Amino acid sequence: METARARQYLSGLSGKMRFALGDEAAAYGALVGGCIFFAGYPITPASEVAETMAQELPHVDGYFVQFEDEIGSIAAVIGAARAGAKAMTATSGPGFSLMMENIGYAIMTETPCVVVDVQRSGPSTGQATKPAQGDILQARWGTHGDHEMIALAPNSVQECFDLMIACFDLSERYRHPVIFLMDGEIGHLRERLTFPNLADVHLFPRGGFDPADESGLIKPVREYGKGEAIHITGSTHKEDGMRDVVSQDVHESLITRFYAKIDRNRKNIIRYEERFMEDAETVVVCFGAASRAALGAVKRARNEGRKVGYFRLITIWPFCQEKLAGIGRRINKILVPEMNLGQLAREVERFVSVPVVRVSKIGGVPHSVEEVYAAIVRETS
Amino acid sequence: MSDAFADKTRSTNIRLAGFGGQGIVMAGYVLGHAGILDGGNALQTQSYGSESRGGACKSDVIISEGEILDLVPPGLDVLVAMSQPALDKYLPNLKEDGILVYDSDLVKPGDCTIRALGLPATDIAEKTFGREVVANVIMVGCMAGLTGVASRNSLRAAISESVPPKTVDMNLAAFEEGFNRGAKQGRNAREDKE
Repeated sequence: METARARQYLSGLSGKMRFALGDEAAAYGALVGGCIFFAGYPITPASEVAETMAQELPHVDGYFVQFEDEIGSIAAVIGAARAGAKAMTATSGPGFSLMMENIGYAIMTETPCVVVDVQRSGPSTGQATKPAQGDILQARWGTHGDHEMIALAPNSVQECFDLMIACFDLSERYRHPVIFLMDGEIGHLRERLTFPNLADVHLFPRGGFDPADESGLIKPVREYGKGEAIHITGSTHKEDGMRDVVSQDVHESLITRFYAKIDRNRKNIIRYEERFMEDAETVVVCFGAASRAALGAVKRARNEGRKVGYFRLITIWPFCQEKLAGIGRRINKILVPEMNLGQLAREVERFVSVPVVRVSKIGGVPHSVEEVYAAIVRETS
Repeated sequence: MSDAFADKTRSTNIRLAGFGGQGIVMAGYVLGHAGILDGGNALQTQSYGSESRGGACKSDVIISEGEILDLVPPGLDVLVAMSQPALDKYLPNLKEDGILVYDSDLVKPGDCTIRALGLPATDIAEKTFGREVVANVIMVGCMAGLTGVASRNSLRAAISESVPPKTVDMNLAAFEEGFNRGAKQGRNAREDKE
């Protein structure tokens, strides 16, 4: 619940410009998105999200709690969300792994919340201070059982802010945890951040009814302490919320409904950016930090008359398979620069019949324009 | 920057490097912030060891009129070296027509063919301002005065916003000291050319 003091504090940011870290921008996006509860455990390169929230939440009458670990953090986030707060946590690789079970709990209980994963080089403690993009499949399938997922990935400091607001919005609309898949490169670089006029930012209200919902399967969130006797459980439950963990039909209808509420709203959720696509014969498909070098390389190739297009996923999950399948029918080849050994490329391959060339780079250093450009030249000559 | 880009824009790649505790990251922040206050684009990154002081530390700043897409640009236009290991490590990354600015108390560049300007920033900081920690703004001032990569006013604004309120005046005075020395050197160099 936004207080008058919070509104006044946030509107003071309207139109301001800062030279901010991606992590800081994400925190401000959360505040503007209505977040009033943060629970987390510090971890490079996500600590600056927590740091900024710790500094700013008191100004909006919010709460910041540092927990004993990541499992406690996500549990508190889900609890806070059910008590009425828009809530979030922020972590990286090892912490993200620890949160997986309770992300499933949030899906099962249809609790809106946002989990920021500022991806770093793994597995395990790996290169703790170095960036990577190796969690995209973990974001999708890290928690067990059948489920859908919503995940967005920014490629600039401004987008860390803008998309964070979108994460809260999607989370509330679809009553689903949303993963904000940042990477250590974008989280830890500084660029210009311009705050919009806060009067122009429209937020989906907690417990609201979404007229744009295409599924008809989403009911408003009920919260604790609002006069109703409600039962919330991570076990399979009937429409009234009461457990039934043995009936085949109850489980099937519950889980297929979770699938359908996301799947039927794909067009409302999926965002992407495409440039130079009209006459493209080869397309560079990318996301996050790697997309910066990708665009630089595509521009350079275009300047030399090579027919290369640029397609950036902003929404990673649900996957933009129809769009990519359409692109795949009218081009010859796809290149995928990413800071992992081909996680996005593998997903793209499932929906196109043209060759998908991996331009992978791991080890904590992002692609240079030259590297992606060299791959384009090699593959289009 | 390479002429091959579709949008032909000037872009300057700067690396500030030294030890943790010298204010290298803060110097990079100030420079980048001034870059956006000047109306252009700026991007700043940093890397440092897990030690808070004494380890190797660097901060890269790109200031550009256009969109900044290359997060690992091919060469440095300017290197600001505040330790010998930093110079030894990063001098090979400096472009042939690049500029080296170094703290002459801490760094001996040896025989290098690169355009270079040394000033005893740490000594000036200690003797003139009584505070070694302002060596970083002296170096930033000197580099900016020499190269013109960010304006004096924007740098002053960025510094004022970044340092503890009680130290604003001292930091601005230190900045001016560096800026004037750099600007004088820049003028001399241009006159020599003419």
